[in-house]
Amino acid sequence: MHENLNINVHHMARVEGHGNIVLNMKDGTIEDLRLDIVESPRFFEAFVVGRHYRDVPHVTSRICGICSVGHTMASVRAVENALGMEVSENVKKIRKLLHDAAFLQSHVLHAYFLVAPDVLGVGSVIPLAESHPDVVKMALRMKKFTNDVCDALGGRTVHPINVIPGGLARFPTKKELIELKAYYEKMLPDFETTYEVFSSLDYPDWFAGFDRPTEYISLHKPDGEYPLYDGQVISSTGRIIDEQDYLSMIHERVESHAAAKHVSGETDTYMASALARYNNNYDQLRPKAKEVAVKLGMGHPCTNTFANTFAQVVECAHLMEEDLAVLTELIENTPEPEAPVEPTKFGRGAAAVEVPRGILFHEYTFGEDGILTDANCIIPTGQNLANIEADMQKLVPGILDRSKEEITLSLECLVRAYDPCISCATHFLEVDFRE
Amino acid sequence: MKPEIGVFSFTGCEGCQLNILNLEAYLLDLLDVIEIVNFREAMTEKGQDYAIAFVEGSITTPEDEKELKEIREIADVLVAIGACAHLGGVNGMKQLRDLETQRREVYGDKKDFFPTTEVRRVSDVVPVDLIIPGCPIDRNEFVETVKKVLMGIPPMLPTNPCCVECKSKGNVCMYDKGLSCLGPVTRGGCDAICPSYGQPCDGCRGFLETADFDAMVKAMENEHGISTEAIIRQISHYNAVPAADLIAKLKAREVIHA
Repeated sequence: MHENLNINVHHMARVEGHGNIVLNMKDGTIEDLRLDIVESPRFFEAFVVGRHYRDVPHVTSRICGICSVGHTMASVRAVENALGMEVSENVKKIRKLLHDAAFLQSHVLHAYFLVAPDVLGVGSVIPLAESHPDVVKMALRMKKFTNDVCDALGGRTVHPINVIPGGLARFPTKKELIELKAYYEKMLPDFETTYEVFSSLDYPDWFAGFDRPTEYISLHKPDGEYPLYDGQVISSTGRIIDEQDYLSMIHERVESHAAAKHVSGETDTYMASALARYNNNYDQLRPKAKEVAVKLGMGHPCTNTFANTFAQVVECAHLMEEDLAVLTELIENTPEPEAPVEPTKFGRGAAAVEVPRGILFHEYTFGEDGILTDANCIIPTGQNLANIEADMQKLVPGILDRSKEEITLSLECLVRAYDPCISCATHFLEVDFRE
Repeated sequence: MKPEIGVFSFTGCEGCQLNILNLEAYLLDLLDVIEIVNFREAMTEKGQDYAIAFVEGSITTPEDEKELKEIREIADVLVAIGACAHLGGVNGMKQLRDLETQRREVYGDKKDFFPTTEVRRVSDVVPVDLIIPGCPIDRNEFVETVKKVLMGIPPMLPTNPCCVECKSKGNVCMYDKGLSCLGPVTRGGCDAICPSYGQPCDGCRGFLETADFDAMVKAMENEHGISTEAIIRQISHYNAVPAADLIAKLKAREVIHA
């Protein structure tokens, strides 16, 4: 049992962006346990002021290349809400296919490239190419599939250009939809193997046995589908609000002990993530996804933070089934290209969308000339920071009999379970530049 | 021993780095001929030599500057990748407004925690050997650059404007649609992807050395009725840093080429 312990993981690897884990223990008491954000400040909300509404999604997608599809969706929907633009159901269907593909891409990347190396005890995916070549090749094939879908529907994977305020620049043809559907069908066996891989791995006891119930916030559609693109905002406390009122649920606050601006929900800290979506929207999951959840040993609700990766795998199963159904529909009834709808007013509008790492809010105000005067973005990783630290406080006391290396690994795994995206978060976080 | 290659990330969205990871079809082949050593490992082992250092992102903090200089010292070839490293990119927009005001807007009374500086391109801080332009970079252009550097052949960037590729794709000109476009002065090589999706070129691959801005601005204003404000907005989308003088000139006068 450690009485005194100092852990400082400087620039931890396999998270998006730069973060440090700090643990200081003295005489058996934890004095300091936190996740520091050491990315450069970005100033997006300031420099998007003065931009035309058509350009705003092109600017805010650059908050993060990894999450650029999600930021584009949030941005385009916030512009449309601010300007009173209602897009057609067909536009929504095609956007959702693209949005879903970005989830598949991100989840595959996180599960295979960022989490699997931890569970298999190696430093990165590169040694796995030697020891598990078939699995790595399969993971690359799956990633290529998701990127090909994003290319086809978004114009390109990083900073998509096909989704514009008021609609789509280009509609997929029937031939393209047929090819996409065949591609999805061809990939199903790889996804099946993935469900097997992640349910057969041998997880450490602190991973499999962790349990800390917290508040979960996500989108929700009581009578609709598993919501990723739009919906109301729900807290696991039971409160449901309209996306325009998000600030009545999401509270930013400054903690004196921590460098980062923290966010609280209805109660205290909360989690935004695949696990939050899973817990709040379990009934809307397709049967195949529920099957996979059972295979992975997930109950419902599931309050093990490490199981966020499992929730991502469950979402992959849901989305493959969902998107094949949507593609079938679109092939039968292929939409004619539509011109983008025009603004009907100029004012304020917010949008809440789910992105792979959790719920994301963009809010804009525009003047009569279509120029942006005010912007606010609340990013999942920022929402999760306080909850990550609360999880660390729960985790560490239970594993103090382990080696320093194992404690370090468990803390890194815990942070990685959230799939944090620090590039995203630092557009507004308070940053501590300690060396 | 395989040549060691580093990918280093400063202020940006990491999308260019992701586009390298998105080379699924080539990734394992690439790993056969090069060793990728990443940023977070790299800084613990000083004095290591990199055959190629790819640098993404703009330089916006004193720490960025210090690290970039260290990388330059140990890299044989330094390549600036993406618009942020090459041009300042979207980060450059913050140059258009007073920095103090923006720090207050974003960080309030905690603004002094953030020692941000003006946005600089990589080439404003250290000598740059090669550029892979674009926001984001093109995956294939990255592979070509790696191949050519390893073979000792100097990579060449296209010298034609975006318009050449746009025309060959049969797109209707953005100006004929009543939109403003920087295709005539912007480096091609992107296959005119934005105009092909109905969106004007905002110049993410940088302006051609041969670009005639006086003629361009004159045509935009007089023939197409585009306001000076809109021209400044478009030029500053990715090029606020390299086009700082031009933007200052446009801001300074009331009417252009009347």
